[in-house]
Amino acid sequence: MLKAQGYVGAPQNRVDGRAKVTGEARYAAEFEVPDLAYGIVISSAIAKGRITSIDASAALAIPGVVQIFTHENRPRTAWFDRSYRDDVAPPGSPFRPLYDEQVVYSGQPIALVVADEFEIAAHAASLVRVEYETDTHMTDLDIKRSEAYVPPKKRSGVTPPPSPRGDADQAFAQAPVKVHGEYRIAIEHHNPMEPHASTVVYEEDGKLTIHDKTQGVQNSQRYVSSVFGLSSDQVRVVSPFVGGAFGSGLRPQYQLFLAVMAALELKRSVRVVLTRDQMFTFGYRPQAIQTISLGANPDGTLQSIMHDAVQTTSSFEDYQEVIVNWSNLLYHCDNVKLTYKLAQVDTYTPSDMRAPGAATGVTAIETAMDELAYAVGIDPVELRIRNYTEADEANKRDFTSKELRACYQLGAERFGWSTRNPQPRSMREGRELVGWGMATGVWEAFMQKTAARAVLHADGHLDVSTATSDIGTGTYTILAQIAADTLGLAINKVTTRIGDSSLPKSPVQGGSWTAASAGTAVQVACRSVRETLFKYAREMDGSPLANASLEHVSFADGRIVLTNDPETGISFTDIMRAKGVDTVEAEEMAAPGMMTSLRYSGYSHSAIFAEVRVDEELGIVRVTRIVNAVAAGTILNPKTARSQIIGGIVFGIGMALEEESLLDHNLGRFMNHNLAEYHVPVNADIHDIDVIFVSEHDDKLNPMGIKGLGEIGIVGTAAAIGNAIFHATGKRIREYPITVDKILG
Amino acid sequence: MNRFSYLRAGSVEEAVKAASADASARFIAGGTNLVDLMKYNVERPTRLIDITRLPLNTIEETESGGLRLGAMTTNDEVAHDARVRSRYPLLASAILAGASPQLRNAATTGGNLLQRTRCYYFYDTATPCNKREPGTGCPATFGRNRIHAILGTSDHCIATHPSDMCVALAALEAVIHVAGPNGERTIPMSEFHRLPGDRPEIDTTLQHGEIITAVELPPADFGSHYTYLKLRDRLSYAFALVSVAAALRMDGSTIAEARLALGGVAHKPWRDPDTEAMLRGHPASAERFATVADFILREAKGFEDNAFKIDLARRGIVRALSQAAAGTPQSQTDKRIR
Repeated sequence: MLKAQGYVGAPQNRVDGRAKVTGEARYAAEFEVPDLAYGIVISSAIAKGRITSIDASAALAIPGVVQIFTHENRPRTAWFDRSYRDDVAPPGSPFRPLYDEQVVYSGQPIALVVADEFEIAAHAASLVRVEYETDTHMTDLDIKRSEAYVPPKKRSGVTPPPSPRGDADQAFAQAPVKVHGEYRIAIEHHNPMEPHASTVVYEEDGKLTIHDKTQGVQNSQRYVSSVFGLSSDQVRVVSPFVGGAFGSGLRPQYQLFLAVMAALELKRSVRVVLTRDQMFTFGYRPQAIQTISLGANPDGTLQSIMHDAVQTTSSFEDYQEVIVNWSNLLYHCDNVKLTYKLAQVDTYTPSDMRAPGAATGVTAIETAMDELAYAVGIDPVELRIRNYTEADEANKRDFTSKELRACYQLGAERFGWSTRNPQPRSMREGRELVGWGMATGVWEAFMQKTAARAVLHADGHLDVSTATSDIGTGTYTILAQIAADTLGLAINKVTTRIGDSSLPKSPVQGGSWTAASAGTAVQVACRSVRETLFKYAREMDGSPLANASLEHVSFADGRIVLTNDPETGISFTDIMRAKGVDTVEAEEMAAPGMMTSLRYSGYSHSAIFAEVRVDEELGIVRVTRIVNAVAAGTILNPKTARSQIIGGIVFGIGMALEEESLLDHNLGRFMNHNLAEYHVPVNADIHDIDVIFVSEHDDKLNPMGIKGLGEIGIVGTAAAIGNAIFHATGKRIREYPITVDKILG
Repeated sequence: MNRFSYLRAGSVEEAVKAASADASARFIAGGTNLVDLMKYNVERPTRLIDITRLPLNTIEETESGGLRLGAMTTNDEVAHDARVRSRYPLLASAILAGASPQLRNAATTGGNLLQRTRCYYFYDTATPCNKREPGTGCPATFGRNRIHAILGTSDHCIATHPSDMCVALAALEAVIHVAGPNGERTIPMSEFHRLPGDRPEIDTTLQHGEIITAVELPPADFGSHYTYLKLRDRLSYAFALVSVAAALRMDGSTIAEARLALGGVAHKPWRDPDTEAMLRGHPASAERFATVADFILREAKGFEDNAFKIDLARRGIVRALSQAAAGTPQSQTDKRIR
């Protein structure tokens, strides 16, 4: 018997690793183009009002300045809102750069200075004088929450809270044990290493090739085509490598609009790169204020869950995410009331940021559950098991698979949880109080309709392609693994092409759905090639496989062989030579099964255990140990999977302790708009991180049982750390990030 | 960034002459701060005078038994110099508490003294700032002021000086050697940086055209009882919320001599000789340290976001003095606070 090749499930180095570490991998602002012009964006200094004058005369007088675009001289673009609405846009009226004199948020792009050289553009931009007439702005959610509203139009892909079940108010009133609190999550900005950039190449025939920093090349392509009235064959968007995005690259950002506008108008290639400051002038994880009331019996069983959230959006779009639904999704309860409202502030529209909604909502509910564990005197893990739910109660659906119980058990074992003394302040080492906390993580396992192409060449080389991106997740590698396994090839015989709008249709890379969606599509395309190749093999004169069926053969080492008699077989090359073809190709579409979606809910789960050490006198926190047990279906590549979860955990540590975009409400402006003052964890903040992948078989979601790993690592991490800080110090802090002032305060 | 002319100075005299002739000229050495400020249009020099080739890059013994650090020595060279490490370990420790190895390789002793505040508003030309544009106002006072000063503030400015190195230099009573159009002079560290008052645009008492040539460390005996304790929002690569340089000379369990300077709390390294006098002759004890901490912070004033710094400083001072007295200085490699 031949053993399956087995790249899937085995640790595999990144196939693009060498290109990245040698600099061979090119990012959006690194493509060299002849006669390139450089655009520098000028950002508004006020949060609300109108531009009364823009004096660009001094800037225009600088030799080398090509043009200065403002609302006064911008070329015509599409009229209707729908032309500006991209695949992931929330309901509302999308922002249009340089549309008119109105300023609707601080940092809004108000001009683009284009010059022959970057330095000239930067210098000229500093000479442009802008006068404003200011209106009163409001960026304070604490004030605007009184005007919060239920979004009248639902955002596609975001499930509103379910209708109340039972009588949560009454059950809470009657519950012997009650927990009630207000939980706050600060605004965060994505801050990928690579700033947003677009290099628009104006080809000789007037077509555009656009190197864009994006999580969705076809989303950017559609946006550019519809906004500028171009046919889709005039616009190609390419983004083979992305230096992190975390959701910031889901929507086409304004540098793309501005670079395309300038290129079309000047009939010249143009590059626009945002500064780090300007990375704080578009989407962000919105601020959220949540209130949670939990009523329980003395044995910890939940009698009532009430979870309300109000969160910021812009004045022009109703950004939405799923914040409150998680409470009932995680825990069994008959009396549930969940509400979700928006409050408009004068900033840009928030945008999805790693585990949007779940990172916010689960942090709150998992903090509240810890409080309940103390209120009833039951171990936090045990409390969660007592309230475990085997079904998605709000939607009356079973789960496709759910190994959360095993996550709790294996995570607790690895961490050594059973030795924990629940008493706060019961552990110390030297000057540090030691605390252990835990939380649950959860994220939806999506799959999206995706197409892929596979082309097998007579020399045994396989090309697979789809228009998805790899934002650092390892997509190149897992697609190569799946393709290599399906056709029995060595992985170095497989070339993966992604990040090009001319490739088969793929949604944006987000929601943790890429592995399931693109992975399935690649597998289906490769299977189709397999079938064709086998058909050719059987048709060969004197074929030793003539009487075999597909079930009785194996594809290995570039040959089709009888599984029972591996010596008998034919090489791919011989099959294709006999048929007289150079390639065998297939393009296939994969989509989630409708029946599965109606009957089942698919989620990945995790249990996070955290150890913190808090200097008792100084309030300085160190997260010295994290164990995260993750049940996320089939793990395609344990190596990149582990990296994904570690990255999510580090993100979670940032959310727990450091990350906060500071809004000056007087100015309506984010003030710590640089990486010196917007703190993300550094090496010194990160200690032991242990990732366990819990075995989970899922035969319903997709053929390979893939759930995705992009978001699950962050969800619950901040709560586990907050709960550990409570265990260490006895102080419950319901406002993230938990900075030193809150610990001492 | 605006346009500027560039001159590589071949001698201190040439550098001084060139700077004196041009009111908006700036010296550039490591450039780790100035270049950023130029990119942000905060600094708009018309002329850059490159002083990296000046022969000011040595560390030498002084006649009195101290050390003279050339202004062009890098932060890295000073922090790892064997003489500095054995005789002025407080200085080495403070330097290593700041920035990153890459920055310390480029940043110079003279430049570190002249680095400018990290106030959010100072860096953002879309906002008013009395330090950047005198007379426009100070939005930090009523805005986001988590990282701002609690001591020596004025109605015009609540910015802090961000250096770690300078806090140690203040404690060690370093002397700044400068050369200018009127010859050479020295400035005691305590008088080098100034409080904002009604002229927050002026950080130091250096006159235009003057160049720092060296920092002189007087002989000192704080090699065994010292610490530099830096408290910040993450364990590395963040500016201090509060930092404490403490240096003691112990006579048994009694404090014979004490130096105490604070960073991250004022427009200059904060030092108060009266406070140090309260330590001299007393046994090292947490109670004494707490009294001293209260005293040095007696006039501290918090704003909306940064009032916590007063308490944090109090706690940090007690810890730092305890570390110094015990001879267990804060490690800057293992970031765990001792």
